Amino acid sequence: MFEVIAFYLFAFLTIAMFSITVFTKNALYALSSLAAGMIFISAFFFLLEADFLGVVQIIVYTGAVMALYAFGMMFFDSINDVTEKISSPKVVFVLTGMIALLVVVMFAAPIIGENAQAFYPVHPEYGNAQDVGLVLFTKYLIPFEVAAVMLLVAMIGGIILAGKKMDISYTEMEEQDIDKEIGKDIK
Amino acid sequence: MILNDYLILSTIIFVIGLIGVLRRKNLIMLFFATEIMLNAVNIALAAISKFHGDLTGQMFAFFIIAIAASEVAIGLGLLILWFKRRNSIDLDTLQSMEG
Amino acid sequence: MEGFLYTALFAPLVGALFAAMFGNSPRKIWVGVVNSTLLGLAMVASLILMFHIFGTGTNVHVKMLDWIVIGNVDIPFGFVADQVSVVMMVVVTLVSTMVHIHSIGYMDHDKGFNRFFSYLSAFVFSMMILVMSDNFAGLFIGWEGVGLCSWLLIGFWYHKEDQEKTSDMYNSPFSTLSPHSSISPGYAANEAFIINRVADLGMLVGLFLIFWNIGSLQYDVVFAQVGGLDHGLVVAIAIFLFIGAMGKSAQFPFNQWLANAMEGPTPVSALIHAATMVTAGVYLLVRANEIFTVVPEVGYFIACLGAFVAIFAASQALVATNMKKIIAFSTLSQLGYMFVAAGLGAYWVALFHLATHAFFKSVLFLGAGNVMHAMNDQINIKKMGGLKKYMPHTALIMTIASVALAGIFPLAGFFSKDLILEAAFQSHAYILWFILWVTAGLTAFYSFRLVMYVFHGEENWSHNKEDENYQHPHETYPFVIAAMTPLAILAISAGWFKAEFVEMTTKMLPTLHEAGIHHPSSAVFWTLVAVTTLMAGGGIAYAVLKFNKKGSYHSDKMKETFVYKLLANQYYMPHLIENVINKPYLAMSKFSWKEVDLKVIDTIVDGIAKIVYTTGEESRAMQTGNLSKALKWMTLGVVILLAVAVAAGNLK
Repeated sequence: MFEVIAFYLFAFLTIAMFSITVFTKNALYALSSLAAGMIFISAFFFLLEADFLGVVQIIVYTGAVMALYAFGMMFFDSINDVTEKISSPKVVFVLTGMIALLVVVMFAAPIIGENAQAFYPVHPEYGNAQDVGLVLFTKYLIPFEVAAVMLLVAMIGGIILAGKKMDISYTEMEEQDIDKEIGKDIK
Repeated sequence: MILNDYLILSTIIFVIGLIGVLRRKNLIMLFFATEIMLNAVNIALAAISKFHGDLTGQMFAFFIIAIAASEVAIGLGLLILWFKRRNSIDLDTLQSMEG
Repeated sequence: MEGFLYTALFAPLVGALFAAMFGNSPRKIWVGVVNSTLLGLAMVASLILMFHIFGTGTNVHVKMLDWIVIGNVDIPFGFVADQVSVVMMVVVTLVSTMVHIHSIGYMDHDKGFNRFFSYLSAFVFSMMILVMSDNFAGLFIGWEGVGLCSWLLIGFWYHKEDQEKTSDMYNSPFSTLSPHSSISPGYAANEAFIINRVADLGMLVGLFLIFWNIGSLQYDVVFAQVGGLDHGLVVAIAIFLFIGAMGKSAQFPFNQWLANAMEGPTPVSALIHAATMVTAGVYLLVRANEIFTVVPEVGYFIACLGAFVAIFAASQALVATNMKKIIAFSTLSQLGYMFVAAGLGAYWVALFHLATHAFFKSVLFLGAGNVMHAMNDQINIKKMGGLKKYMPHTALIMTIASVALAGIFPLAGFFSKDLILEAAFQSHAYILWFILWVTAGLTAFYSFRLVMYVFHGEENWSHNKEDENYQHPHETYPFVIAAMTPLAILAISAGWFKAEFVEMTTKMLPTLHEAGIHHPSSAVFWTLVAVTTLMAGGGIAYAVLKFNKKGSYHSDKMKETFVYKLLANQYYMPHLIENVINKPYLAMSKFSWKEVDLKVIDTIVDGIAKIVYTTGEESRAMQTGNLSKALKWMTLGVVILLAVAVAAGNLK
C-alpha cells in the first residue's frame, strides 16, 4: 500500500519536473527542475531496494553533474537570446508518440523470460551496499578498472579543453628560467 | 507493483527526454534532455534487477552513471570552446559539416 | 589425296588474305597474278581429285576439326570429295581461275584492283566450303559466306549515286531499257543480300527440323534416316530447304536481285551469277536428293516453278537492251531448266546442265565484259553494232557460246538441254515439256538478237572524236582471250563426256530409270530431237534474218504496245515489290523507331536514370549538417527498428 502511493507520487513528481525541464524557456528553471528530478529518481531507487545506487545517484548526479552544469551556465551570458523556433513541431510529436506507443506495447506484453536465471543473485541477509561491493570488486573488477581509466582520460581531456597557453613545459626547464617565466607573469 | 509499471514509467520519462532532444535548439538544454534519457534507462535497469533478484542491472546502472558523468565533463568543455569561437550556442549554427 | 582436298579448299583463302593486305594500296598487278596462280593450283587439285574419284570410285572424306560439341550436338568441320561435290569443285575452280585471269585485264583501270581480287578469292573459298562440306551446317556457313561476298562484290562501286525512279521507260532503273541496271550498286547489293537472307530463314527452319527430328546434320546420317520420318514432316523439310534454294537461285518470287546484280563488275557476274552462287540452290537439291525422292509431290511443284521461271525470264530478255541483263535473264531461265530436271527426279541431268551452263554462260559474260571494256562501259546494245571487225576473237567466242546456249548439236548445250526436255516428256509432264520447248526457241532468239546487235549490223556509234557517242573499240589483251579459250573449248566439247559423267555420278545419284523416267523408244527420241532442233534453229534464223538489215529493226508502233511495256518493265514486279513490300515496311520501321523505340524504351531507360538522380537530389537534404535534423532522422530510424522488432516478435 505504502509502496503504491509512494510510486505514484514520485512518478507524478518526476514527470512534472522533467516536463518543466524540457518545455521551459528559462535556462535556470530548466536546471533547477532537472536537479529536482534527479532527486526524485533516487527515490525510486530506494523503493526498488537499490540503496547504494540511490545514494550514488544523489551524490554523483545531483551533486557533481548538476554542479558542473551550473558552473557551465555561468559562462554563457546570452542564453536567453536563443530563440526556440522549430520548423515542424508536428514531426517531433509524431515521432516521439510512435516510439512511446511501440515501447509501451513492447513492455505491456507479457514479460518473456519467466525462466531467466539470475547470474548474481541478491543476498537479502546482508544489505545492498555489501552485496554490491561484493559483486563489484570480484566479478566486475575489470569493468571497474576500465571505468577508472576512462575517468582519468576524461579528466585529462577536460584539462586540455579548458587550459590556456600550455605550450611551455615547466618540467623541462631550469630553475632560473622558471623564475623568469613566473616573473614575466607578475609584471 | 509489477515490473510493467516501472517499465512504462521509464518509457514515459525516456520519451520526455526524447522530445527535449528533438525540440531544443539551445545546446545546454540538449544536454539536459540527454541526462533525462539516461536516467530513465537507469530506472528500468534497476526495476528489472529487483524483480528478477539479480544484481546485474544495478551494476549496469552504476557504470552508466560513471560514464554519464565523464560525458558531461567533456561535453561541457567542448561547448565552452565552441562558445568562445562562435559566441552563440544555437544548434543551427553548428552546421558547417554539410553534405 | 587429303592434301589435294585441303589445297583445293584453302588456296583461295590464302589468296584472299594475301590480296587483302594490299586492299588500300594502288593497283599492283602481281596481286592478280598471285591470286590467279593460287586458284590455278586449286583447279589442278580438283581435277586430280576428279580423276581419282572417277578412276577408283571411292571418295575422300576428312574431318578437319570438331566445331560444336555440346551435349548431343556434334557438328564437325568435315569435308568430303565425292562424285557430286567433285563435279562442283572442278566447275567452280575452273571458271574462277579463268575469271581471275580475265579480271586482271578487265579491272586494270580500277582503283580497287587489289580489293577486288581479295573479295573474289574469298568468294571462291566460301563456295568451296559450300560444296565440299559433309554436313548441313558447313553448307550453311558456305551459303552465308557466298551471300556476303556477293554483297561485297555487287556493291563494289559503292560510291555510285542512287538513280531517280522516274516513270520514263528509257531511264527508269526499274526497266530493262535504261542504261542503269538498278538504282545503284549499293542498293543492288543490299537487295541481293536481303532477299537471300529472307530465303535463308526458310532454309534454317528446314535445318532445324532436320536436326530436331534426326539429331544430326551429317549427310550420311540424315539421308539414312529420312525415310523413316513422318511423311508430312519430310514434306515440310523439303519445302523449307527449297525456299532456301529459291533465294540463292533466284526463283520466283525471289528473282528480283539477279537482274539488278548486274551493277557489279562483269567478272563478278560471270563468276557468281552464272556459274557458282546461283547454282548453289541446284547443288542443294542435288545433294539432298534422298530427301526429295521421298516426297515426289514437292519435286513436281519445284519442276512447275522452274518451268514458270524459265519462260518468265526468257520473255523479259526479248526486249531488253541492257546487255548484261539479257545474259542475266538467260541465266535465270536456264536455272529454271535445272530446277525442272531436279524436280522431276533427274538429278544427274540437272548437275550436267549446271556444269555445261557454267562454261558457256561464264564465257558469254566474260565476252560481254570485253565488249563493255572496249566500248567505254556502254551497256545499251542498240548503241553498239558492227564490232565484229574490231574484236574478232571476242565475237567468235561469244557466237560459239550463244550456239551452245541455244542447244545446237554437237555443242554442249544440246546434250544437257535435250536431256531435260526428254526427261520432262518421259515423265508424262507434257505441259512442262511444251513450256520448256517454247523457251528453247525464245532462248535461241534473244541470244542471237544480242549477237547481231552487238557484232553485226550498222555501227550506232561514231568514229569522230568530237561526237558524244564516240567509241574506240579495240580487242582486249591477248592473255584475256587466252583465259576465255578453255571455257569456249569446254562449251563445245563438254557434252561429249556425257557417258563418263553418267557413270561417275550415278554411283551417288539415282539413275533415270530409278526415277521412273524410262528411256524413250527410238522413234520418240529422234522426233523430240528433231522438234527441239527445229525450234532452236528457227529462233536463230529468225534473229539473224531480222536483225541483219540496216535501219530500224522494229516499228515504233511496237514499242507502244502493252506487251512491250510489260516486258520492258519486268512485268512491273519491281514496282510491285517497291509499293507493296518496301514502302509499308519502311513506314512500319519508322513507326517502330519513333513510337516504340524513342517513346517507350528510351523513356523507360531515361526514367530509371532520372529516378536514381532525383532520389539522390532529394536525399541530399538529409546531409545538411544540422544536428537537430540529424537527431530527428535518428529518431525515425529508432521507430522503424522498434516496429520491426514488434512485428518480428509477433510473427514468432
